[in-house]
Amino acid sequence: MADAPAKPFSIRRQTGFGFIALCCFVLLYTPILILVFYSFNAGTSIAIWEGFSWRWYEAAWQNERVVDASITSLKVAISAAFLATVCATLAALATTRTAPYRGITAIYAAINQPLMVPEIVTAVALLIFFAMIKVYTGYQGLAYLIIAHTAFCIPFAYLPIRARLENMDLSLEQAAADLYASPWQTFRHVTLPLMAPGILAGAMLAFVISLDDVVITEFVKSGGQDTLPTYMLGQLRRIITPEINAISTVFLGISVAVVTVFFLLNRKGGSSS
Amino acid sequence: MHGNLDAIPAISAQQVTKVFGAGPGSVTALDKVSIDIQRNEFFTLLGPSGCGKTTLLRLIAGFDHPTSGRIDLEGSDISYLPPFKRPVNTVFQSYALFPHMSVAENIGFGLKMLGKPAAEIDAEVEVMLKLVKMEAMRDRSTAQISGGQQQRVALARALAPKPKVLLLDEPLSALDLKLRKEMQIELKRLQHETGITFVFVTHDQEEALTMSDRIAVMSAGKVLQVGTPRDIYDRPSRRFVADFIGDTNFMDAELVSAGKGSDSKASLKLASGKQIAASLPDGDMSAGTVTAVVRPEHAWLTKPKASSVLTGNLETIVYFGTDTHYHVSLATGGMFTVRMQNARGQAGEFSEGDEVGIDIDADAVQVLRD
Repeated sequence: MADAPAKPFSIRRQTGFGFIALCCFVLLYTPILILVFYSFNAGTSIAIWEGFSWRWYEAAWQNERVVDASITSLKVAISAAFLATVCATLAALATTRTAPYRGITAIYAAINQPLMVPEIVTAVALLIFFAMIKVYTGYQGLAYLIIAHTAFCIPFAYLPIRARLENMDLSLEQAAADLYASPWQTFRHVTLPLMAPGILAGAMLAFVISLDDVVITEFVKSGGQDTLPTYMLGQLRRIITPEINAISTVFLGISVAVVTVFFLLNRKGGSSS
Repeated sequence: MHGNLDAIPAISAQQVTKVFGAGPGSVTALDKVSIDIQRNEFFTLLGPSGCGKTTLLRLIAGFDHPTSGRIDLEGSDISYLPPFKRPVNTVFQSYALFPHMSVAENIGFGLKMLGKPAAEIDAEVEVMLKLVKMEAMRDRSTAQISGGQQQRVALARALAPKPKVLLLDEPLSALDLKLRKEMQIELKRLQHETGITFVFVTHDQEEALTMSDRIAVMSAGKVLQVGTPRDIYDRPSRRFVADFIGDTNFMDAELVSAGKGSDSKASLKLASGKQIAASLPDGDMSAGTVTAVVRPEHAWLTKPKASSVLTGNLETIVYFGTDTHYHVSLATGGMFTVRMQNARGQAGEFSEGDEVGIDIDADAVQVLRD
């Protein structure tokens, strides 16, 4: 042993590393694989395999309530992702494009607050707040959900945008100003094109986060409104069929696709700077 | 020297002070700096890092504004004008090329922002590409070209809008030695061909001496001396200037007869007791103890003789190929370096341990102000 050449320490060579890693992956992915698997079940059980079939996908596709909930989900997610990205872009500019000022740490904390506060607290707070507004205005529409989702999506959109801006050389904007670009032209021709990958990444992250939300949506939604996750939650209280598996699988597919694009964008942004 | 019709300087800094921060933590980057930079001049701000040269450049560019004092561009006050309203362009130390634009788009950016028609921009970009010899690279991305090429693009981009003054912030510091020498010649050529006033910032004294029409030597936020490279090198007025540029022998001496004015001569009594003529710095100098400087190449070694200005023991000989440095321990204390050019068949004239005499060129002794 003493004569063996000293290899640099690597955690991968420690005893049990492979086993623990395997356990983690099994724990993470087995339930998901089972869920996907049973979405193709020909029978009505989510636990007893009776052969392959697309029937539950067709059932979900023809289920008006699923389609309605999906449309609501998309409306809310797209609106909230858009609004949150605009806010996050402005916040990122204000926290990276200026000389450090008093209270900037407090501002970081305030922007990231939704990541820290327990979701259930935010949900209850929004429920009460919106209930007051509902009483005064009588408005029952989707705007409540959109505003709530915008609020908790801002920090998710903010992080990749800020990371992108922090990697960007401040002298590029000075160079633009030096070459007769007004502040607006500098933003339009230099800052915005360079931060675009960050903005897109932020928007996609916000979109996925909004699409996925249950707790806040459940509290904030008006009667009769359902997003896909709250519809699914509702269904679980009744009879469970592989239709839920089929919806979940499609949902999973969309999320994976969006997150993949997000990572590709981030990697591209990282290598160019 | 620049006695042409354009009596108004390109840049005139008057009593410019820049303080960063406030209260006890504040830093005075520039302390009542006054400089006139003439039109069509290659003017260099030279000094160690932290001397305020880059701050002065940023004030001229408009990225910062003076705390007090004013800066005029061709006679009009630009102290508080934002950078995009000044006909002044900058070549950044990091080049700061726009990574999402091609070489040609980078060069045309300034003209585009000035609202020039596309045809005019294209024509000007072609002229600029030719000027910096980058015609073949016009459609490349800036990530696909070498450091030296990026440097040329940065120059072309800053020159394209035909600024009244071009500011260069240590633009050669990122290049290797060979490329740097090439770019030094290139910059002189560009300045000559465009007729634009260049303000060049560097900490490299050799770069400053070889390229500049005039140099301002800066230290700790003040301008210590402004002059031609020859002035600065041969007639430094302050210890810092003499020490920062080239090698120098410092000698304590007694100023016997005080003079006045720039070209006045004075008589110095050295520690050896010998009297020697010396040049005085500008302004009044009263008699008394002063420091005088002699460049090593302005002195030569002899066998010790009665008329030797200085005498001492030759301690070390360092051979440099083109010349040899002789380090002499003076009889009156202290060291003195003599640099003599090497000629064939001259070797062995002196050897370490010899007693030697030192003679000094007429007009080579300069008295310092501090």
